[in-house]
Amino acid sequence: MTKLLLDSPAATAAAVTPDQRRGRWSARTRRDFIVFLALALPNLALIAVFTYLPLINNMYYSTLDWTLGSVSATVVGFDNYINFFTSTDAPKVLGTTAVFTVVTVGGSMVLGLLVALALNSKVRGTTFARSAVFAPYVLSGVGVGLVWLFIFDPGYGVLAWLLRGIGQQSPQWINDPQLSLVMVITVYVWKNLGYCAVVYLAGLQSLPRDVMEAASLDGANGFRRFINMSVPLLSPTTFFLLITTMLSSLQAFDLIRIMTPLGNGTSTLIYEAYLQAFGAYNRAGYSAAISVVLFAILLIITVLQLRFVERKVHYS
Amino acid sequence: MSTLSPVSPDLTTHPGTAAGPLSGPDGGPQVPVQRSRPFSRANLIRTIAGGYIPLIAATLVVVLPLLWMLLSSFKQPGEIVTTDLKILPESLNLDNYRVAMTTVPFGQFFVNSLIVTTVGSTVKVILAILTAYALVFVRFPFKKVIFVLILVALMVPPQVSILPNYILIAGMGGKNTLWGIILPGLGTAFGTFLLRQHFMTLPGSILEAAEIDGAGHWRRLWQVVAPVSLPSIATVALVTVVSEWNDYIWPLIITDRPETMTLPVGLTLLQNSEGNGAGWGILMAGAMLVIVPILLVFAALQRYIVAGLTQGSVTG
Repeated sequence: MTKLLLDSPAATAAAVTPDQRRGRWSARTRRDFIVFLALALPNLALIAVFTYLPLINNMYYSTLDWTLGSVSATVVGFDNYINFFTSTDAPKVLGTTAVFTVVTVGGSMVLGLLVALALNSKVRGTTFARSAVFAPYVLSGVGVGLVWLFIFDPGYGVLAWLLRGIGQQSPQWINDPQLSLVMVITVYVWKNLGYCAVVYLAGLQSLPRDVMEAASLDGANGFRRFINMSVPLLSPTTFFLLITTMLSSLQAFDLIRIMTPLGNGTSTLIYEAYLQAFGAYNRAGYSAAISVVLFAILLIITVLQLRFVERKVHYS
Repeated sequence: MSTLSPVSPDLTTHPGTAAGPLSGPDGGPQVPVQRSRPFSRANLIRTIAGGYIPLIAATLVVVLPLLWMLLSSFKQPGEIVTTDLKILPESLNLDNYRVAMTTVPFGQFFVNSLIVTTVGSTVKVILAILTAYALVFVRFPFKKVIFVLILVALMVPPQVSILPNYILIAGMGGKNTLWGIILPGLGTAFGTFLLRQHFMTLPGSILEAAEIDGAGHWRRLWQVVAPVSLPSIATVALVTVVSEWNDYIWPLIITDRPETMTLPVGLTLLQNSEGNGAGWGILMAGAMLVIVPILLVFAALQRYIVAGLTQGSVTG
């Protein structure tokens, strides 16, 4: 009823004095306030407790010399960070993270674009192929990791059999640090290239048709049109994929855990943080410091992305 | 502009250039003949080489490993522990599935995964709908700030929060409990963001009509907004189901007893007990049990899942 009164024509409104009017508004504001909190508070509280609070706690834990499970801890300031960056682990872990990220991001984007071009052809069966290519992206990393571990098995795997066919001995993929990184990267790219392919496909299909046709009338062949027209026009898609795949590569865990549980050669920042706290060492403070380093890297990437998007929006 | 494409469709402009400069001048008269016959040999070869071969290659790269998992899950140790690769299993023997389910309590894992996924997804979707509705349709002073906080939460990777959340949940007595697995993930920034973006596009007129009819927020939400937003809600629900089912790092850390393990964690347990050459068939059977449910859901409803997971590529 009050709402009807408020929305009704001037005649009724004139009968209400300004004071009364303000009173009704604030009653409505108060009610909206309560409705908003009732609807949104549970979710916001959960996000605060399990997403924001851990960020603060992580920073606090990172200043402690603390064994997981122990009731006592000593405050050591930045010692955990200093220990990490001066240890022999640091160059190894940071190097592994860099190699893993660069190769998986580059690999899934380049292969994704090639697959997108194949999917963009005007033949039958592209809908099925598109679904098939995307499928690994939604499957359990643990299940996928086991299948590939079997394929890479030096004794009874398909790969070993293929290598025997050309007279080669299968290498020990798991035992060799460099080869285990190659193996995990390969599987990660296999699992994620479908995502890049589908996003690139959407980009390809939204290219302006008239421009592409004009180029083909001008005599530009398929390859030249692709290099000179499609690639530059796809740059927003490329940038989007670069950021999203970089963020997810830096967080890759499932495949590394299932394929190389000891992190032999595959200890990225996230995996090292896991191993330090929940592997054999129980070094909670040290692990928290590595997590904070990882978070700082992710934050920088996100901020760069936001700055770039802002600029693009500004200029367009 | 649109009349250009029938006159010079992509395919007909290719022959001269694709055949190379050699045949250009010499084979001049041949080109018009090829153009007039869409089923000419050159056209057919080009369609197969340029269209089908890349498409089939991309599909095979994805499908073959999964097919290998299926075939191997029926193979007995004798068929796997051999230097001579056997592609097809001798029979559709379900022994591996039986062994996998008796070595570790797979039935229990399945039930746990089902409970975690159902409860987790249901609560998350409801929370996302409520929060998104409040953010779009209820008047509240700090909505912009809250939305930014949700956007930031969207970018905080759950991996950097595992140690603080482990200490929090373990302190609450949530170790080796299903609620301990479900609770930290319940706050949903992704669902809220996606549904908010959708609710913003709804025309105000449909809500005004309901408001004039005297419908309160609760009725407006469930009788007007939710029904017209079903595709978006389905997208959020399916993406949530997939990620809850596949979730690995958190259940791995918070459970160490089989009674409360989910399928991916249980598969790790199976890997520890069957991780020799003879156990590959059993592990493939276990991987099938984890992967197939999601594969079926994906096959049936992939449109929503792909749309949800590639969200942002279009909206920017």
